[in-house]
Amino acid sequence: KDKEEDKSKEEDSCSQQNRTSRRKNCQNKNGDGKKAGEEGSRQRGKKAPTKDQRESENKERKTNKKEKEGENKQKKDRKNSTSSASSDSSGEESLSEEELAMLMEQVEQKKKLISTMRSKPWRMVKKLSVLREAQAFVEKFEGALGKGKGKKLYAYKMIMAKKWVKFKRDFDNFKTQCIPWEMKIKEVESHFGSSVASYFIFLRWMYGVNLVLFGLIFGLVIIPEVLMGMPYGSMPRKTVPRAEQATAMDFSVLWDFEGYIKYSALFYGYYNNQRTIGWLKYRLPMAYFMVGISVFGYSLMVVIRSMARNANQSTADGDDDNFIFSWKMFTSWDYLIGNPETADNKFASITTSFKESIVDEQESNKDENIHLRRFLRVLANVLIICCLCGSGYLIYFVVKRSQTFSKMQNVGWYERNEVEIVMSLLGMFCPPLFETIAALENYHPRIGLKWQLGRIFALFLGNLYTFLLALMDDVNEKLAEEDAVKNITHWMLLGHHNSSAGNSSTATPPPLDPADVPRGPCWETTVGIEFVRLTVSDILVTYITILVGDFIRACFVRFVNYCWCWDLEAGFPSYAEFDISGNVLGLVFNQGMIWMGSFYAPGLVGINVLRLLTSMYFQCWAVMSSNVPHERVFKASKSNNFYMGLLLLILFLSLLPVAYTIMSLPPSFDCGPFSGKKRMYDVIQETIELDFPAFVAKIFSYVANPGLIIPAILLMVLAIYYLNAVSEAYQRANAELKKKMQMQREEEKNKRNKAATPNPMLQDLEDILTPNTKSESQPKQAEDKKTESPTRISPAGKQGNTTALDRSPVTGGRGAAYTLPPHVFTTQPPPMGVWAPYPGQPRPRGHPLGPFPGRGRGRPRY
Amino acid sequence: MGNKQTIFTDEQLDAYQDCTFFTRKEILRLHGRYYEMAPNVVPMDYTRDPDVKLPMQLIINMPELKENPFRERIVESFSEDGEGSLSFNDFVDMFSVLSEMAPRELKAIYAFKIYDLEKTLNKLTREELTAEEITLVCEKVIEEADMDGDGKLGFADFENMISKAPDFLSTFHIRI
Repeated sequence: KDKEEDKSKEEDSCSQQNRTSRRKNCQNKNGDGKKAGEEGSRQRGKKAPTKDQRESENKERKTNKKEKEGENKQKKDRKNSTSSASSDSSGEESLSEEELAMLMEQVEQKKKLISTMRSKPWRMVKKLSVLREAQAFVEKFEGALGKGKGKKLYAYKMIMAKKWVKFKRDFDNFKTQCIPWEMKIKEVESHFGSSVASYFIFLRWMYGVNLVLFGLIFGLVIIPEVLMGMPYGSMPRKTVPRAEQATAMDFSVLWDFEGYIKYSALFYGYYNNQRTIGWLKYRLPMAYFMVGISVFGYSLMVVIRSMARNANQSTADGDDDNFIFSWKMFTSWDYLIGNPETADNKFASITTSFKESIVDEQESNKDENIHLRRFLRVLANVLIICCLCGSGYLIYFVVKRSQTFSKMQNVGWYERNEVEIVMSLLGMFCPPLFETIAALENYHPRIGLKWQLGRIFALFLGNLYTFLLALMDDVNEKLAEEDAVKNITHWMLLGHHNSSAGNSSTATPPPLDPADVPRGPCWETTVGIEFVRLTVSDILVTYITILVGDFIRACFVRFVNYCWCWDLEAGFPSYAEFDISGNVLGLVFNQGMIWMGSFYAPGLVGINVLRLLTSMYFQCWAVMSSNVPHERVFKASKSNNFYMGLLLLILFLSLLPVAYTIMSLPPSFDCGPFSGKKRMYDVIQETIELDFPAFVAKIFSYVANPGLIIPAILLMVLAIYYLNAVSEAYQRANAELKKKMQMQREEEKNKRNKAATPNPMLQDLEDILTPNTKSESQPKQAEDKKTESPTRISPAGKQGNTTALDRSPVTGGRGAAYTLPPHVFTTQPPPMGVWAPYPGQPRPRGHPLGPFPGRGRGRPRY
Repeated sequence: MGNKQTIFTDEQLDAYQDCTFFTRKEILRLHGRYYEMAPNVVPMDYTRDPDVKLPMQLIINMPELKENPFRERIVESFSEDGEGSLSFNDFVDMFSVLSEMAPRELKAIYAFKIYDLEKTLNKLTREELTAEEITLVCEKVIEEADMDGDGKLGFADFENMISKAPDFLSTFHIRI
């Protein structure tokens, strides 16, 4: 009774000495205001009904008892109650620490339930109601969990946590909205399946990478130079030479990236070798060098990271050959397909792949004319190698020729663009040629595709490298020329100086107009221009190919079909397919050129960003308007890392020439940020010496000491070796485990078989009996429907209602299997997993030993 | 549909967001799609939880499902009455499970409900395989996936098999 009074007094203030009852009060307030109000009347009789509203009668009894009895007993009771009925303990007067903890745990559980609600396999109605319950529970109790003083803080924390979750959700929504072209890619994906979409996703990824590179180069090199560097015309390297000035603004000249474009910030030669520029004392040459390196560093990092991520995903689904048929059966249909043509193709490809696997299975060891096949494969490879060598030589020849052309005056458009044209033509015609030759080889299409990718890649690579070698010749020539010019310039300036000194007494010579100063050939800019030209012509060829090869062809096929003698759509020209492999390789190859060229032409990345942006829209449009889905749909998920591997290879290969030129060629004496230095990397030493305290230079010299570098490399090699060994060991362990599993499986099957075979009597019986009298004890050799049905209970049972599936044998026991819907009778005999592998075992009487071991269950078939 | 408050209350939207893998916007779009199929039957105002169901015939004609050989099975698996009619709740449920975000386990459960061996095979290949081939394939599937050796493909077997499948997650989803 005392307690009751206490409660009433303290109801508003919550400042009671009795800790337990105070907690109860506050709890009540938090829990529901209604109750608190009722307690104001502090009648015992009234209290019970309020509890009754919310809780079971069981609880009510307990609380009544509680009030009569002492506190000790109450505690015990409460413990029982909390453990038995989960959602209670609101109206209690005291909460011990354990109870509190328990309650806390429950609340946590409920919260967990709420957060995982979406992945529960329940009906939505149930989900909603459970969710509502859980939310109510959490709402009611989470306030009660704080102890006295900390309660407000706790409540505040809870609110903040809720807000945080909401914020995170909104942020996620926002993030998904920020991913560009998501809808476009989805559209393509729904029409063409995930393999074509993978190209666009790759394109988008590439766009992201290029955007970062663009930001780096523009933000740290081009913009500072434009804003703070010396303006155009202030010095020879920033001025168009007098001889070219007349035509410098002509479109044909600009189109060749000569004239004003050549002497702009887009190219290496424009940059000044002044150590610091502007009021910020921005170290431009240093920045130029570091950006050039970090372009490669960033690209390497990004590619490796995404490769590792892909590899992580792909190792999760190891086990390649265990589930060939099951995977084909259950995962081959792409649910994204929404286009009848794609669906047709998919049906066809699934059927073919099934047939292929069946054939593989049936004659896995048979190979008729192995000699002929070997001969054909060797022949095909010889042919392709010939093609590759030929195309390589052709490019080398053309580049050589273009060098002679470049020395001649007034050469035609064709001569100037010969290299690009030849390379583009090769890129256009060689892949189909390879494909034709590859038909000789008769590989499995998947392997054939990889070969094809590798060959086209080799073609591109060979082209690129012959191009580079020719360019190198060019550079060497330019270097020789430069030496001569250097002497002339020196002599001329000297002469100029002398003459001016002779005329006037002042030591300063009148400045020579920058346009008139004789200058070196500046091989860096030449290289840059070469790359930009190649990129631009590649873009044009790609777009024109799409326009002519896809769009015009599609228009022709579509509209001329009305008045043509055969069916154009189904017959010869037909519509073009989207060439995923060619497009991806083109993208990879193009990216390699960007990486190589960006050091000598900082503007190249900008051009590439534009290219990727336009090609996203253009190709999306082209693919939707004029292509038909691919016939041979190859899996996007697996090829993805293959593409990344190609990209990495190209990145590495394009790193080599750039590193070579940086490390071993002297920069031009009169253009570029490194002019006047012996080597480009001298800029680092210079910065360290001039801008850092002396001890940094010391440290640097120690670090750069071969005595340190060699051990470091050694250490890395050892680490690689060790990690490799570890991963191999893991792989072995994995294989071992797999083998064990396999063995276990076999054993189990054997056991089952033995258990199944001894009672052929029962089977005979079964043959005689009507289906309805069959019992569970029958050995179940894979009845058609039963293959899955018995376990369907689990998902369905949880939901508490029988679904359509369960009309078959599930609920009704074994007998129901024979009252199946008609489709079963039209389909094929049951799979007989138990019997198939052991054909030698005794069979039930009357079974033919043919290929259908599952037949003859005593059921009329067909 | 411009005014989203008239379709659902905020609590409803929050509840749906908790129960599905969709955002608020997507749920409204789903309602839009649901409404489109039968504008006369489906109310715009869902705040009072009207009991409306659309027959299977309407649902399987959605462009997302039209080409799917398992469309009837899918719809049946998600309908509460087992007949294939979907209430809006079932409808949302279906696309939530088939959405990209749904975890593999959840998808596996429903995939198990959707597929059954032979009908699957026949639908996948448009009945172009011969009887022997189908038998062979069924046998092989059981042999491969049946871990416990009981000659049946139970859920445990199915889940085990699916959990290793490389393409399951990428193919078993519908974007809406």
